[in-house]
Amino acid sequence: MSHGVLAPAIYGLLAEFETPTELVNASQAAYRAGYRKIDAYSPFPIEEASEAIGYHKTGVPLIVLLGGILGGASGFALQYWINVIAYPLNIGGKPYNSWPAFIVPTFEMTILFAGLAGVFGLFALNGQPMPYHPLFNVDRFSAVTRDKFFLAVEAADPKFDIVGTTRFLESLKPLSISEVPH
Amino acid sequence: MLEEPPVLTPGQTFDSVTDQIADAVLTRPIGLGWLAGLALAMGLLAMLGMAITYLLLRGVGIWGIDVPIAWGFAIINFVWWIGIGHAGTLISAILLLLKQSWRNSINRFAEAMTLFAVACAGMFPLLHMGRPWLGYWMFPYPSSMGVWPQFRSPLVWDVFAVSTYATISAVFWFVGLVPDFATMREKARHKYTKAVYGILALGWRGSARHWKRYEALYILLAGIATPLVLSVHTVVSFDFAVAVMPGWHTTIFPPYFVAGAIYSGFAMVLVLAIPIRHYYRLENMITLRHLQNSAKVMLATGLIVAYGYVFEAFIAFYSGSTYERFMMQNRWFGSYAVFYWLLILLNILIPQVLWIPKVRSNIKALFLISVVILGGMWLERFVIIITSLSRDFLPSSWGHYTATRWDYATFFGTLGFFFTAMLIFIRIMPAISIFEMRMLLPESEVKSK
Repeated sequence: MSHGVLAPAIYGLLAEFETPTELVNASQAAYRAGYRKIDAYSPFPIEEASEAIGYHKTGVPLIVLLGGILGGASGFALQYWINVIAYPLNIGGKPYNSWPAFIVPTFEMTILFAGLAGVFGLFALNGQPMPYHPLFNVDRFSAVTRDKFFLAVEAADPKFDIVGTTRFLESLKPLSISEVPH
Repeated sequence: MLEEPPVLTPGQTFDSVTDQIADAVLTRPIGLGWLAGLALAMGLLAMLGMAITYLLLRGVGIWGIDVPIAWGFAIINFVWWIGIGHAGTLISAILLLLKQSWRNSINRFAEAMTLFAVACAGMFPLLHMGRPWLGYWMFPYPSSMGVWPQFRSPLVWDVFAVSTYATISAVFWFVGLVPDFATMREKARHKYTKAVYGILALGWRGSARHWKRYEALYILLAGIATPLVLSVHTVVSFDFAVAVMPGWHTTIFPPYFVAGAIYSGFAMVLVLAIPIRHYYRLENMITLRHLQNSAKVMLATGLIVAYGYVFEAFIAFYSGSTYERFMMQNRWFGSYAVFYWLLILLNILIPQVLWIPKVRSNIKALFLISVVILGGMWLERFVIIITSLSRDFLPSSWGHYTATRWDYATFFGTLGFFFTAMLIFIRIMPAISIFEMRMLLPESEVKSK
């Protein structure tokens, strides 16, 4: 391809499938064919689909763990600081650092921070909220929230070439193939 | 052996479950029954508004509380409502961890129930303070007064437990709704409806990477919500058990409060599920199986509660403490004895009919028994709070408690708030989790080559 010709300004190609099994098989085939900038889209979580596109590990559990540790530590530190340093009160002769009494708020803060860290972490990793996405330009893609399954190959993939990739996707026998404009 | 009814009636497709649930919100016209229900609920809600306004004008003296019975209806209702919320978390979190897929058809509205029940519960301690506008004093913040909360008190623990519970329940519910909001966004025809669901869906597009993170978070949230829900009613029971009051100062309180919470919560689930499945024709999704399973959970938790009552009485005598023994005799034969025996009848005796399989599949009977249990669990908190506070150690400080009309107005008012919120919820959001229903269908499985 000469440098004078502009590559088509598209996001990529989108193939539509009828069943989750077809989607997983197609995703595996695309991954085997060397495509890496691919994603599978489905109306419900399919464990095999993320495996097929080569996405094995998420950062979510680590974020939840860190949030929990931060919450628990800051919860206890808050109570320690208040009861021992800032505002020591003698309650029934108990020590200022009466840690067994601090367990409940420490626990609750652990849960609170872990949960919120996880939720905000999920949306941050997903890049949400993202009201606009090129895929929404394809009318048929609306069925992804309903009953259809899609495989997208992005134009940014080094292996992507409009003719060859279209031919490759056709070999997977999809219901339809759409070009995704930006 | 009776054949167990299916979780989902056969013959459904991805399309049919999507349409059935979403159309109940998007295209179904507003019915007279719904309007009548809303009118009734909003009438009660208006009464709550009046009761609160008058309370703010005059103070908590308009309620029946006095010394020594300073807790009264406010705390009874607080414990009752928060207990009802617990079933929602049990269904959405604990049953998810236990891979009980039948939960998929009832978790959404059970979570909504949790949220609204916690909102009702939260009102009572606030109003009971007398000056709710100073409620933020309960939280640790650097105030100009230079004082801080007293962290050795279960009442402060309660602030942390209940506010964490409300927050986590809300985000759990919202995260569960995001993929369904995307479905609503695509199905909605009106421009503004589409925009509102579109904003709520946060641009969800069903990417495999997103789903993978989503599932990881969902299971983790369930994992942290499980100890959380157990801790909440445990901490509520500490409000009593840590005090030295006869009848309160007992180690059996945490487990039996948690069991009682789930008991009343499942009763409320049935009270809501039975009309919803009937009026919205969801019998194919909320099947007899769900009702039967809920009945079994009620039977089991009810027996734990019964065990709690038996051991409360046993320990009262076994302890050798005059005050504990008197407390028990007072519950049985004292001035509030009628409430105690009514409690035993409603909470322990009547629900035993759930042993009979025929009763468990009789929808009208289940509805009635659930109402009976809700009443029984309310009486349990009444008996615990009122009999103990009215007859403590010193006969010179004994008292008597009678609720005023404002107590009743506030209590029934929160019922109005709860049902108003539920009725609006089922009209504007998918009351059943659409994407989790798709996962119940056999065609959702990936067949290996």
